[in-house]
Amino acid sequence: MSFAEHLPVLQVVVPLVSAPLAVLFRDRLAAFLLVLAGSWAAFAISILLWLQVRESGIISYAIGSWPAPWGIEYRVDALSSLVLMLVSGVGAVVLPYCRSSIVREIRPDTHYLFYAMFALCLTGLLGITITGDAFNLFVFLEISSLSSYVLIALGKDRRALVASYQYLIMGTIGATFIVIGVGLLYVKTGTLNLADMGVRLQDMTSHRPVLAALAFLTVGISLKLALFPLHQWLPNAYAYAPSAVSAFLAATATKVSVYALLRFYFSVFGETAIFKQLPMEDLMLVLALAGMFVASTVAIFQNNLKRLFAYSSVAQIGYIALGISFDSVTGLTATIVHLVNHAVTKGSLFLLLGAVMASMGGVTLARVQGVGRVMPVTTFGIVLCGLSLIGVPGTAGFVSKWYLILAALEKGQWWLVFLIVLSSLLAVVYVWRFVEAAYFRAPRADLLQAREASLGLAIPAWILVGATIWFGVDTSVTVGSAAAAANMLLGVTP
Amino acid sequence: MILHPALILVLGALVLPWLPRAARQAAVIGLPLATLWAVWQVPDGAAWQLHFLDYTLTPLAGDRLTRLFATIFSLMAAVGGLFALKQESRLEVPAAMFYAGSAIGVAFAGDLITVFIFWELMAIGSTLVIWSAGNRTAYTASMRYMAIHLLGGVVLMAGIAGHVAATGSVAFVPMAPESWAQWLILAGVLINAGAPPLSAWLPDAYPEASWSGTVFLSAFTTKTAVYVLLRGFPGTELLIWVGMFMIFYGIVYALLENDMRRILAYSIVNQVGFMVVGIGIGTEMALNGAAAHAFAHIIYKALLLMSAGAVLYRTGRRKCTDLGGLFQSMPVTAVCGIVGALAISSFPWTSGFVSKSMISQAAGDQHLTFVWLGLAAASAGVFLHAGIKFPWFVFFQKDSGLRPADPPASMQAAMLVFAALCIGLGLFPAPLYALLPFAVDYEPYSGAHVVTQLQLLLFSGLAFFVMLESLKRTLTISLDFDWFYRVFARRLSEILTPLFTGLIAALERSAGALANRGGDVLRRHHGPLGALARTWPTGSMALWVTIMLLAWLVLYYLF
Repeated sequence: MSFAEHLPVLQVVVPLVSAPLAVLFRDRLAAFLLVLAGSWAAFAISILLWLQVRESGIISYAIGSWPAPWGIEYRVDALSSLVLMLVSGVGAVVLPYCRSSIVREIRPDTHYLFYAMFALCLTGLLGITITGDAFNLFVFLEISSLSSYVLIALGKDRRALVASYQYLIMGTIGATFIVIGVGLLYVKTGTLNLADMGVRLQDMTSHRPVLAALAFLTVGISLKLALFPLHQWLPNAYAYAPSAVSAFLAATATKVSVYALLRFYFSVFGETAIFKQLPMEDLMLVLALAGMFVASTVAIFQNNLKRLFAYSSVAQIGYIALGISFDSVTGLTATIVHLVNHAVTKGSLFLLLGAVMASMGGVTLARVQGVGRVMPVTTFGIVLCGLSLIGVPGTAGFVSKWYLILAALEKGQWWLVFLIVLSSLLAVVYVWRFVEAAYFRAPRADLLQAREASLGLAIPAWILVGATIWFGVDTSVTVGSAAAAANMLLGVTP
Repeated sequence: MILHPALILVLGALVLPWLPRAARQAAVIGLPLATLWAVWQVPDGAAWQLHFLDYTLTPLAGDRLTRLFATIFSLMAAVGGLFALKQESRLEVPAAMFYAGSAIGVAFAGDLITVFIFWELMAIGSTLVIWSAGNRTAYTASMRYMAIHLLGGVVLMAGIAGHVAATGSVAFVPMAPESWAQWLILAGVLINAGAPPLSAWLPDAYPEASWSGTVFLSAFTTKTAVYVLLRGFPGTELLIWVGMFMIFYGIVYALLENDMRRILAYSIVNQVGFMVVGIGIGTEMALNGAAAHAFAHIIYKALLLMSAGAVLYRTGRRKCTDLGGLFQSMPVTAVCGIVGALAISSFPWTSGFVSKSMISQAAGDQHLTFVWLGLAAASAGVFLHAGIKFPWFVFFQKDSGLRPADPPASMQAAMLVFAALCIGLGLFPAPLYALLPFAVDYEPYSGAHVVTQLQLLLFSGLAFFVMLESLKRTLTISLDFDWFYRVFARRLSEILTPLFTGLIAALERSAGALANRGGDVLRRHHGPLGALARTWPTGSMALWVTIMLLAWLVLYYLF
């Protein structure tokens, strides 16, 4: 077998190996270089996989040469290749940022542990995405969750500990539910392979345990993806984690959970009769709308910018869930495009906020007054990301909202179009609060000497800001892959 | 590759605030002139094409109508820039240039998405222009202004999305308001045109800008809306009646008003009404008339607001009752103001006459008797509120004791350029007619036209001054006129208020009360200490998870 054939397993193994090595070296520079090399390699591999999938369709890789239903299968298709590229891409951009960022926020003697945890978290997220095995998915979910609890707890703010603890409890409940769901499905079907499970469920006659499995999986994954009203762990976790961690988790963790939900809903249950008669769409719709409006409104009243944008994340997840609730190709395209676009937007936003934090010492609205004058470049970047959150044409956010609106129109639901636009106006308000503080108030006297962020912080942030704009203009990668993935999930041949 | 004229101004405006003073002043006049040159380099048909999502965008497409509007927009930006050279704010003029560039962007847009993008940029630019006046009232006015325009933008966007979804094409072509989407587009555009029931944003916001800001504001937003209507909805009959309403709304409220720039702001609504009527009639003559009137109107309305701005710049006062007798010390400003006033009243040998008479003629040709009569009556009304009222109260009437000098040379030069254009276009209309979208077969200076118009104007003027003389003998002028628009105005408004504003005010009150109560509820639940925003104990989070699980299980059990 050639090297190229082993790419699927290398995608996970490379960052996985870098973690223990980083611990063994016990040196922060060595650990940094190792994990950096690991994550860049992972990004390169994901690009190769994406190209390969585009050329020749689904890649199936049997771990240890055990064929699919018995052994663990790694499966790369249109959807997972896109999410792999997103996760490893964000990881590759955030890691260099960590080096300049954690110096201020984390004790130097624990830096090598930070990098190891980061590598593990990346491994877990990539593993969830690439695996075709239900139990393996749970294992990777635990790897990513446990490492992210540690990463969040490393925050300088003491409240990070409580936030991390709450996330730990909630995350564990979620993981337990997922493993219960997987267990029930295993008992009923006798297989752990997701694709195989989907086939066997189709001619299942006794429903009850399968329904229970679906309920457990839905609630468990909804918890991990912070679907309203199960989002309560998220705002504090994002707000008090180290800047780099906020950015990385905001961009990837919830998105990978969305991926897992799509997998279970459409690859496992999608073809079954029970799934078709459930009121899943209506429930999803209600929760999505509630999330969009309640979380946006809460965001308007927040005074800590990280918390403000964390609530905005909950609202944006509402849009993602809204796309799922349409259960149509356009709707899923919107979901997947928004998954990518929001990841890039929120990632860059949190990176920029980290830069503000480094210079101004905090990100409460009272402290960042007049930041437009002392840090014009960074502030401008935040405004650009804010425009993308609102969905202004020319930014990534517009593209996803456009597809959401198209999907709503396809269903003939005008009132939803109206609600989508209305919720964008709420985003205008909370972005405006930042703009007003940043540009229309004088800086605090003690912060007049603050300077622009160092290049180590600025360059990674601006790479993602650039992507936010780029995906708003050239949509061939995002919309192209998303449409292919949506077609695949719904079994439509374009 | 052809240069996009709008981008010269839009991108230039982003650099402007950072330039040293001298370079900035040169650029403020140079950039619009460069844009004007670029406008004439754009060939007919699509010049730029981009692929975005599944659509082909045409950000740059030229034709006669486009060039007409882009020409006057860039000319306006140049002369406005000259007028505003003494403006101290570093923000206002760059914002105005950004605003002008966005308006030109709309004019060159060949597809609806580009229209929308520049439409929103225009809203941002104009809000900044108002805001940069730098005081509290301007700030709150700019926020109200932005709220209305964001609302208009949302309506427009919803309409465009629906239109594109239904037809599959983003091309900006003539539409008839048939589907709901096209109605929404029409509504979004009419909001910017200052049409009822939301006309009030215009006189509310424009007079709050600085002495130079209002000059820019008067030119672009409403005329861009006229342009979009001209291209998108020619011959929509509804527009005749919308336009007629705007004409009389403007006249009535301008007659009641005391603030000199608010009088002129109301008269913008009135003048745009004439254009909207022309678009509604929809014949070639009417559309030519609407386009020509927009061209002429930008010039004379800017001229009027420049002369009002010069007065404000020198005296700091804006109420008619505080002003008067300024012709003695501000002769240039007074003469320019009078030229603008004559032009807006479409006095023969001014630009207003050669453009507005085309719209009346078109109404006559189509045998729209009531429209023709309405337009004729409105001409007299315009003469009363803008043609006489503004110059009389500001420059003559009583001696207010103020002796301000004429404004600095740059401001005088700007006013003289536009005054010359007003008269030049009136005397030699051929170059303007050559720019119009359709071939012009019309001679404004026929005996009948000139005599009719002169009679109309002279009789309404005569009535004004005869009344003035007779009142002068018994009481002082100022008191008489105080009565005229204090008591008479109050009487009139006592009749009109329940009709026009009473209902709206009541609605506003109840909406306000509702919003207040709603705001309290929102804050209670969503505010920093509200149940939805505070950090929950871990136990109650877990409780919610259980509730969710139970809910799903029960639901699944039921099905």
